[in-house]
Amino acid sequence: MSMENALPISHRQRLWLYALGGLVMLFLIAPSVIIVIMSFSDSSLLEFPPQEWSLRWYESYFGSVEWRDATVVSVKVAVMTAVVATLLGTAAAYAINARTLRLTGAINALLTASLIIPVILIGIGTFFLYARIGLNNTLTGLVIAHTVQALPLVVLTVLSGLRSYDMNQEMVARSLGAGRFSAFFQVTMPQIRFSIVSGALFAFITSFDEVVVSLFISGGETTTLTRRMFNALRDQIDPTIAAISTCLIVLSIVLLSAAQLFGRGR
Amino acid sequence: MSIGSVSLDHVGRPDRALNADKLSADARREARGLFALLSPGLLLVFAVIIVPIGWLFWLSLFDESDQLSAANYARFFEQASYIKTFVTTFKVAFAVTGACVLFGYPLAYMLSQLPRRAAGVCLIFVILPFWTSVLVRTYAWLVILQRKGLVNTWLMDIGVIGQPLPLANNFAGVVIGMTHIMLPFLVLPLYASMKTIDVDCLRAGMNLGASPAATFRQIFFPLSLPGLASGVVIVFVLCLGFFVTPALMGGGKVIMWAMRMEQTTSLYSNWGAGAALGVVLLAVTLALLGLFRWLLGARATGVWSQR
Repeated sequence: MSMENALPISHRQRLWLYALGGLVMLFLIAPSVIIVIMSFSDSSLLEFPPQEWSLRWYESYFGSVEWRDATVVSVKVAVMTAVVATLLGTAAAYAINARTLRLTGAINALLTASLIIPVILIGIGTFFLYARIGLNNTLTGLVIAHTVQALPLVVLTVLSGLRSYDMNQEMVARSLGAGRFSAFFQVTMPQIRFSIVSGALFAFITSFDEVVVSLFISGGETTTLTRRMFNALRDQIDPTIAAISTCLIVLSIVLLSAAQLFGRGR
Repeated sequence: MSIGSVSLDHVGRPDRALNADKLSADARREARGLFALLSPGLLLVFAVIIVPIGWLFWLSLFDESDQLSAANYARFFEQASYIKTFVTTFKVAFAVTGACVLFGYPLAYMLSQLPRRAAGVCLIFVILPFWTSVLVRTYAWLVILQRKGLVNTWLMDIGVIGQPLPLANNFAGVVIGMTHIMLPFLVLPLYASMKTIDVDCLRAGMNLGASPAATFRQIFFPLSLPGLASGVVIVFVLCLGFFVTPALMGGGKVIMWAMRMEQTTSLYSNWGAGAALGVVLLAVTLALLGLFRWLLGARATGVWSQR
């Protein structure tokens, strides 16, 4: 039941719309494309298109101990955040989906609070709290803070998976004698695993790209990549950042494609 | 005995009570189990978000000599620098929101009219930036807009301008960079709501003799307003508390609310004043979202669940 081209308006009459939309799409994508191209420039001047090509900015990224350490910190934190947020988020989504609990509205509001509350306030608040309990500049502190940021995305993603799943199947399994856990792991989880994996990927990228909270609570040996980039950008525009940015863009593309593929596999 | 009344069993209790205790015990156990699944997540959010913010709120009520006072809030009305920060913040938020509507509406409209496959391909242009680091995108705009950046070099090469235009490290730079970051937040909910507009309504309008323009103006546009409103609210609210782009592209001249908070706490260690700024920012954010929900009965956070 396709509604496509249902209106008696030709594509030709809509050329202006396509042109306008195309320009906005160009505005959205051009910055990333320009950075990727410039990261292969041989010049330390920012010229576009580059006159000479080289990999020197990638060498400068991978050759620098500081950048490498920061990258390792970010990867570690993002992996741990993805694991913790996926576990907690999936459990929470399952409970919300059951709809038997009272106060579901309040629970939802609390779990998705970090999407609404200004990040700067979360950053300052977390720093303030961590200063009292000694979690600033620790991996644990970063993982906890990032998990709170990633949790709503996992909950929303898994919840949308559960909404298109018939919970009666799990009830059948349980009435046939399966325990709660084995019913979930053997019947429900295989059918919502794509949502869970998507949620985990979103959690990973949320943590990896997080800037503001990390600015406050990371430092020293636990300086994250984004914090180091932010500080570098405050000083001068170093083309090494173009190489790092390209890596981050590629990472986004890979993770998003994976999430899309998993999403389609359902 | 009529149908529907409760018959009594041999010990005189209603017969549905035979297993009522067991059932309610079961229900309680079920609820406890579900709550146990929720509690780790809730606990974490409570500890990392609610507790510190409550604590900051408490701090904001005391002045520097630890006396209960409204000094931290009174400052906002008295000191010109604070007033300037608020004015700047709202100016940026209005400019960015306006630009997002101007660019985002045509794009969302086009996406909603394209065949499914083409729309899917075009959506990549919205979703990829959405999931690309804010830092990367801000860096890109710095490269493009700065004094010796791409735009100025090109314009001077073809002789349109003799002097570089001041595009970065000022108000214009902040607005351009932030518009790029906020645009997906407007386009995604708007596109989703436009997709739900029934084509039959439009077809009926055209059948009755309305021109395409009139059909759009009188039918499509009014139906798209709720989606537009949710995009506008979420963009405006995110702008008010935005930090990264103004901090990097404002050149120290465009001080927005969040930057002010960072300076007050990190640079001057004035927690009371910084906390008060945060409390007011949160109050304004929640008030706007609450107003929106009251007016339209929808949540503005939907943008994160549609990708």
